Amino acid sequence: MSTQIKSSIRFGAIAAMSLGLGLLLAGCQQNPPEATQQNGYRGVALEQVQSPKILAKLAEANQAPEVVPPGDRTGPRASQVYQNVKVLGDLSETEFTRIMVAMTGWVAPGGVSGSDEGQGCSYCHNLNNMADESKYQYQTARRMIQMTREINSNWTNHVGATGVSCYTCHRGNPIPAQTWFTGGGHPKNLADGGGWIGANNGQNLAGKHVGRASLPADPFTPLIQYAETIRVTGKTALPTAKGETIAVAERTNALMNHMSESLGVNCTFCHNSRAFAEWKDAPPQRVNAFHGIRMLREINANYLAPLNTTYPATKLGPEGDAAKAYCATCHQGAQKPVNGAPMLGEYPELGAPRP
Amino acid sequence: MGLLTTIDYQNIFTRVQVRGPDDLGVPIAKGIYERGTKASHNYWFGKIGDAQVGPFYLGVWGLLSIACGIIAFEIIGLNMLASVNWDPVQFIRQLFWLGLEPPLAKHGLNPFIPLNEGGWFLMTGLFFTLSVLFWWARTYTRARALGMGTHVPWAFAAAIWLMLVLGFIRPVAMGCWCEAVPYGIFPHLDWVQAFSIRYGNLHYNPFHAFSIVFLYGSVLLFAMHAGTILAVTRYGGEREIEQIVDRGTASERAALFWRWTMGFNASMESIHRWAWWFAVLTPITGGIGILLTGTVVDNWYLWAQHYGFAPSYPPVNPPVVDPALLPGAR
Repeated sequence: MSTQIKSSIRFGAIAAMSLGLGLLLAGCQQNPPEATQQNGYRGVALEQVQSPKILAKLAEANQAPEVVPPGDRTGPRASQVYQNVKVLGDLSETEFTRIMVAMTGWVAPGGVSGSDEGQGCSYCHNLNNMADESKYQYQTARRMIQMTREINSNWTNHVGATGVSCYTCHRGNPIPAQTWFTGGGHPKNLADGGGWIGANNGQNLAGKHVGRASLPADPFTPLIQYAETIRVTGKTALPTAKGETIAVAERTNALMNHMSESLGVNCTFCHNSRAFAEWKDAPPQRVNAFHGIRMLREINANYLAPLNTTYPATKLGPEGDAAKAYCATCHQGAQKPVNGAPMLGEYPELGAPRP
Repeated sequence: MGLLTTIDYQNIFTRVQVRGPDDLGVPIAKGIYERGTKASHNYWFGKIGDAQVGPFYLGVWGLLSIACGIIAFEIIGLNMLASVNWDPVQFIRQLFWLGLEPPLAKHGLNPFIPLNEGGWFLMTGLFFTLSVLFWWARTYTRARALGMGTHVPWAFAAAIWLMLVLGFIRPVAMGCWCEAVPYGIFPHLDWVQAFSIRYGNLHYNPFHAFSIVFLYGSVLLFAMHAGTILAVTRYGGEREIEQIVDRGTASERAALFWRWTMGFNASMESIHRWAWWFAVLTPITGGIGILLTGTVVDNWYLWAQHYGFAPSYPPVNPPVVDPALLPGAR
């Protein structure tokens, strides 16, 4: 065989392989793979990159449930009609019943599989005496209604007029699917409690709640529960005071990863990423996120964390703490929980208690 | 020998592989150990370079370097393995996430701290640094033994400078070992990102910018030079050093090519100085940039705004104010 034929064959083989590889890669792509939306000045990469396929799936997964028909607002108050109504007593009887029906569908339509905790009304109530508060679910539900009303009336700078209902977090589950415990789901480490080798300072494993990064797995305990500072960037051009360490900056980074993952958005949704700390050029969503963090601090401290004494031990985290809320609890991957369905508009009963 | 009877050249695509008697090199003065005299041949090495493997020189510096390197490598690896409770499956599965963290902030610059609160890290740093320095001594003494210049050791020293700034000089300047970089694949990348966020975006650090210029410049020079020489090997251009003193047609064609295309050409000698300095200045400028961060400048974005180094862009969104500054903020 002449050299010329040999090199032709070689050229042909390489061309065929390249073509095959190209087709293989092309086959992995959807069309369009992602859509880019500009939200800042041109040419500075302030944009949201989102996959239409994932957005469609999220919209599907975040459908609002059917609305229970509104009830008559007049007539005697629920507190006068029923016994032991400590919250929602300001509603009319039909409104009260409506919320009870809706809550059943939102929280305990099928109960907990494989448990004897009951389902439907019996998940919270003793069916022989609806006013009996002995079930821990009953006590929890009462506190959760207070929390919902607190959010809808005092945290409008985060939830706006859209508001939240039990469904925003529960989505038909007795326990919301996305919550956190102290430790962030990090497996127990030999070094925990003073070993001599292998300490990882609560990081350096694929962190479940922080975008699978090797960042600290639980930024929530220090930054949400203990309200430690999230702002780590130097405040002046030249050093004027002792600043934060890199380990502290990694904690903030982890929290931000969580926010980004929970809302399905890039950093640039809230930040001008060339200067993360600057408010001057930041998109307005950052203000909303700011209030969201403060809201989480309040509801975790006042409503969710103290329930550790109410819950049975089996419902507690490895450190004996109650399940707590973070961004993903409501957002569940979507920028607007439940596709932005007007929860408060449809259920005004969950707003501030009426006089 | 050296007759250009064919245009086939001993490069990566050749079908010809020359095998002669082992080449044990030039005679040198005796060191502590006799230079190795064993060599073998490897067909696949011959595909990409010289088929002869060896003779290898270990020597005192090499031995010390490898010993210290193994100690550092083992401390890191065993800490990683311990961090997944000695589970080999998790060790493989999470290998890229595992790491060895620098000392806790509370220990400052104290070198005598509990093993599990940074002691292991300091020990690793010591042995790793010794290993690298011993290897540097090895490159220096071996270059000298062959009567070579010491360009390679000094280029290596530039990289060691950056390493020492990151792991030793800057932490000492900041007064805390906790400022050092963790060992681990993703942990060190996360550190880089957190470092940039903490100090207001490292891209506005001019020395970071210099470092990038030299890094990308090195790549460009590498491609231009390699491309030029490969293109004139058919005229003997691979014998670059001979062409420096006795310019031949390869050199002339290569030079004219660049004058034609960009008006100027480096010489057969100067191109290697261009490449050496670009490569060496990458870690030197990078190290300066890291050393200034936190010690002299706390926020590079604000610094760059002050000196007009970072541009301002027209606002697109309605202006927002930090809600923490508003009355009634909680």
